[in-house]
Amino acid sequence: MNNQRRNVLKTGSGAALLSVLAVAGIIKPGMALADWNKAAFDAKSMADTLKALGAAAPADSKDVQVTGPDIAENGAVVPVGVSSTLPGVTMVAILIEKNPNALAASFTLPEGTEANVQTRVKMGQTSNVYALVKSGDKFFMATKEIKVTLGGCGG
Amino acid sequence: MATNPMKIRASNKDGVTEVKVLISHEMETGQRKDAAGAIVPAWFITELSAKHNDKLVLAGEFGTAVSKNPYLAFKFKGGAKGDKIAVSWKDNRGETRSDEAAIA
Repeated sequence: MNNQRRNVLKTGSGAALLSVLAVAGIIKPGMALADWNKAAFDAKSMADTLKALGAAAPADSKDVQVTGPDIAENGAVVPVGVSSTLPGVTMVAILIEKNPNALAASFTLPEGTEANVQTRVKMGQTSNVYALVKSGDKFFMATKEIKVTLGGCGG
Repeated sequence: MATNPMKIRASNKDGVTEVKVLISHEMETGQRKDAAGAIVPAWFITELSAKHNDKLVLAGEFGTAVSKNPYLAFKFKGGAKGDKIAVSWKDNRGETRSDEAAIA
């Protein structure tokens, strides 16, 4: 089982297979703690990250919101939230375009969990922050620029 | 190294439970250098899961860009006062920690 899942991630197969993975993760919660998506977190550019997540061309959507400050005084602690009114959201991810690795965090939402997640992230510099949401087997995205006056790395 | 307990607050309102978690963790990116110029090795939480009475309500994967002492808030339908919320994480050194709280 585990090997199969890894192969699927490596070959970056279609969204249908990934949704199967998500379902597997829900059925076996223990598995969710054993399968960090290294490819996605190691990817440097936005395009590579989206590819590693299996979301090659997400559509912009008004039903996805990124919340956060317009200006962050301290890039080490930037509160960012993602919410969506789309039905059947199974995955939410936060991406920061100009960070060394674009992907900051991703969340798998089982049925019943609302598409509304808040956390705090580090930002090296002023950048667009993307919220990626998976609804059904389609990906949607929203953007917000957050200006950083003091970098989060090395400070 | 011993880890500090997480702070977990969960409250139920109109059938929706909001969970807030504050985790105590360094979240070192692996990009910083110490005074001698040596790179401080990365040390961060990679995976996290939250359960409501043994039912998974959130699974998360973190990268190094999540802030030190990560904060996380989410909501799920259901839950009642006194129900158990359990959150556990694992970091890239293989350390794990689980903590529990009751819905208030």
